[in-house]
Amino acid sequence: MRRTLLAAAALLGAGLGLGLGAGEAEAQQNRTVRWSAAGDANTLDPHSQNIGTVAMILQQMYDTLITRNADLSLRPGLATEWRTVEPTRWRFTLRQGVRFHEGESFTADDVVFSINRALAPTSNFGIFVDTVERAEKVDDHTVDIVLKIADPILPNKLASVYMVSRSWHEKHNAVRPQNTRAREEMYTVRNANGTGAFRLVSREGDVRTVMRRNEDWYGWREPDNTNANIQELVFRPIASDATRIAGLLSGEVDFVLDPPLQDLARLRNAPNIRVVEGPEIRTIFIAMDTYRDELLYSDVRGRNPMKDLRVRQALYHAIDIQAINRTTMRGFSVPTGTFFPPQVNGYTAAEDVRLPFDPARARALLAEAGYPQGFGITLDCPNNRYINDEQICQAIAAMWARVGVRTSVRAQPLAPFFAQIQRDDVSVYLLGWGVPALDALYSFQSLVATRNGAQGDGIWNYGRYSNPRMDALIQRMKTETGESRTAAIHEALRIYREDVPHIPLHHQMIPWAMRSNVHVPHAANNQPFFRFARVD
Amino acid sequence: MFAFIVSRVLQALPVMLTVALLSFAMFAYVGDPVAIMLGQDYTEAQRTQLISDLGLDQPFFVQFFKFVVNAAQGEFGLSYRLSRPVADLIAERAPATLELALCAAALALAIGVPMGVYTGLYRNSWLSRFFLTFSLIGVSLPTFLIGILLILTFSVWLGWLPSFGRGDTIRWGWWSTGLATWSGLKALILPAITLGLFQLTLIMRLVRAEMLEVLRTDYIKFARARGLTNRAVHFGHALKNTLVPVITITGLQLGAIIAFAIVTETVFQWPGMGLLFIQSVGAADIPVMSAYLLLIALMFVTINLIVDLLYYAVDPRLRIGGGKGGH
Repeated sequence: MRRTLLAAAALLGAGLGLGLGAGEAEAQQNRTVRWSAAGDANTLDPHSQNIGTVAMILQQMYDTLITRNADLSLRPGLATEWRTVEPTRWRFTLRQGVRFHEGESFTADDVVFSINRALAPTSNFGIFVDTVERAEKVDDHTVDIVLKIADPILPNKLASVYMVSRSWHEKHNAVRPQNTRAREEMYTVRNANGTGAFRLVSREGDVRTVMRRNEDWYGWREPDNTNANIQELVFRPIASDATRIAGLLSGEVDFVLDPPLQDLARLRNAPNIRVVEGPEIRTIFIAMDTYRDELLYSDVRGRNPMKDLRVRQALYHAIDIQAINRTTMRGFSVPTGTFFPPQVNGYTAAEDVRLPFDPARARALLAEAGYPQGFGITLDCPNNRYINDEQICQAIAAMWARVGVRTSVRAQPLAPFFAQIQRDDVSVYLLGWGVPALDALYSFQSLVATRNGAQGDGIWNYGRYSNPRMDALIQRMKTETGESRTAAIHEALRIYREDVPHIPLHHQMIPWAMRSNVHVPHAANNQPFFRFARVD
Repeated sequence: MFAFIVSRVLQALPVMLTVALLSFAMFAYVGDPVAIMLGQDYTEAQRTQLISDLGLDQPFFVQFFKFVVNAAQGEFGLSYRLSRPVADLIAERAPATLELALCAAALALAIGVPMGVYTGLYRNSWLSRFFLTFSLIGVSLPTFLIGILLILTFSVWLGWLPSFGRGDTIRWGWWSTGLATWSGLKALILPAITLGLFQLTLIMRLVRAEMLEVLRTDYIKFARARGLTNRAVHFGHALKNTLVPVITITGLQLGAIIAFAIVTETVFQWPGMGLLFIQSVGAADIPVMSAYLLLIALMFVTINLIVDLLYYAVDPRLRIGGGKGGH
């Protein structure tokens, strides 16, 4: 018996020992980057899901008419030039000689098709073409985009609309993005055919996506891309934080998009690992129900304290943002007094000023507003959406309690949380907002415009804040250009600062962790462009 | 025999319906799939359209009835999250879970039974004491912690085994296997140990207790009196008679292994059904969740049926006495 056991143990040991060193050997393979993040893209359809996890995969394979540099500034993509013929008609000159990965030539027909596809009711990209009436082919390499109203930020928006092949989509019966009524899987869910820097080799959802360098890509010849040398990209999502980091430490993964904050100190000290960090274009803030006559989740009866500017200011004064930055966020946040970061068009430092942390002032304001004993309130919070979201809420609850506002935190996973706030079933809540179009209008329109049912206006304004002066300025932002538009944005930011529709907290910082021989330039939208990356 | 099976199947039907109803009722609390599918930008019209497309505006029992009718035909619709047929998704993920679960169960048996026999025979040896102490760890440490510790040791420190994934797989028809490739086998080791450890200690303790009991019985004394070798007594007579409860527990635990592979699969990013389920919960992907829960219920029912039939085969008293007396 004893002998059998020993033999079994020896066998097991031998099995364990044989794997030695395989991980390192793989890493040396011809400039492959094995990259990981918590979640995978739900679909590869280019116009179906407007979320970061989809974009981070698609933007390696698909091009846009106007594209972005690593610092997110605009540059020519599939269009080499563009100009406004009339205020509502933009003319784009297309790049010649571009081919899709499966060989189709890229022409004006494809642009018209792509714009129409993004305009389809089942598209999730409506916000990027909300002002577009139609696209018109002028000749094979010239396209006009006709607008319903003048749109100064059309180029910013088009930088998010992928150009796809008309013939390929027609052949595979995928002219419209996925319709939820369909009972069958669409071809585009697992296949992609772009013009971009990488082409899809294989795709196993939630397991592995392999892409290979597209040697024919026009951009390799451009001066700032000559250093880029990635031959193969292997994306493998790993949901568990600890495992993802273990994969990086053990050399099975080269690049981790979302290392957890608590592991960063350890990663910094690990040999052969580099952490790069930068601001993300996402701002975390607290919004309040300023609409109802009585809050749903409060012990104040017969009136709504949040309608009183002094209460909003008091709650603002009570927050020690430096403490949150230092302890909750471990330095990975940029405290702010406004609701989008400097990379966004329209930002001005003059309006990015916080009300100072001042508990005494907070208590005085509460007393002035008629709440000398404070009041009780529920703070709703997601617990898996933003960096340390639940911990932020707990810190704030403690700070508010110190000035007499007894706060209970209700933290939930994102699915029930968003379902709840979208029913307006909320009094005070924490929300984060990213700005993919990099223009102030996107934030103003969704978050503080009065809800009116039209595309985008106030759609994420669950506190139902409403201010006619603000609404007028937002309408000006939609149509005006140049100086007067900037003035409108700055004026709206001033109102935002003075009227406290939200209590802004911070912009998120995003760390990326990679092996030290991998160089991926940091991107503030948290979507790495591997076409700018290199491996030594 | 046939009547026995039929009665068991009839008993299983209400169980399945109850599971379906409970899981369906639960989905009201997992969140709103519509909110997740629409993303950051949408209009009220798009929202209403989507709700009616998904049939979420219908009364609960209408939705439930449709679900049961479709499920009975094996039709679970499209996943909200992945826009793919649920049946395809589960068929793709099932081999990974089943291979992992079977390997874990095999490991638990192959190591647990000998360890149980040994500790039963040599109660006071230091090795037995070591095994018993060790088994406490297996019972008391939570699965995710065991998984993380194994990853830390064998992947990060020693660099011997992969920390996640399934390695390279080979397809045989619709079945994808990791058992036929070197990297697939290596990737299997840590998850199988993590998943099987609890069962291993359970089987060990069970075999030990049964052995101790059987060794006290008269027929063992007679066997010894007849001068049979220790080997014949221990394995031919004692072990054989401990096996009935071991079969039961292993069978039932196989269901548990498959169902609770969720944690192990999450820790090791094992692309099986458990991981699919967890990701579906995050996205309120009701079609996948309901199909998974039904499948697990079906599996438990089937395993119970098989175990009953095995009893029938192993224990002659059941055939004659109609279930009187036990082991």
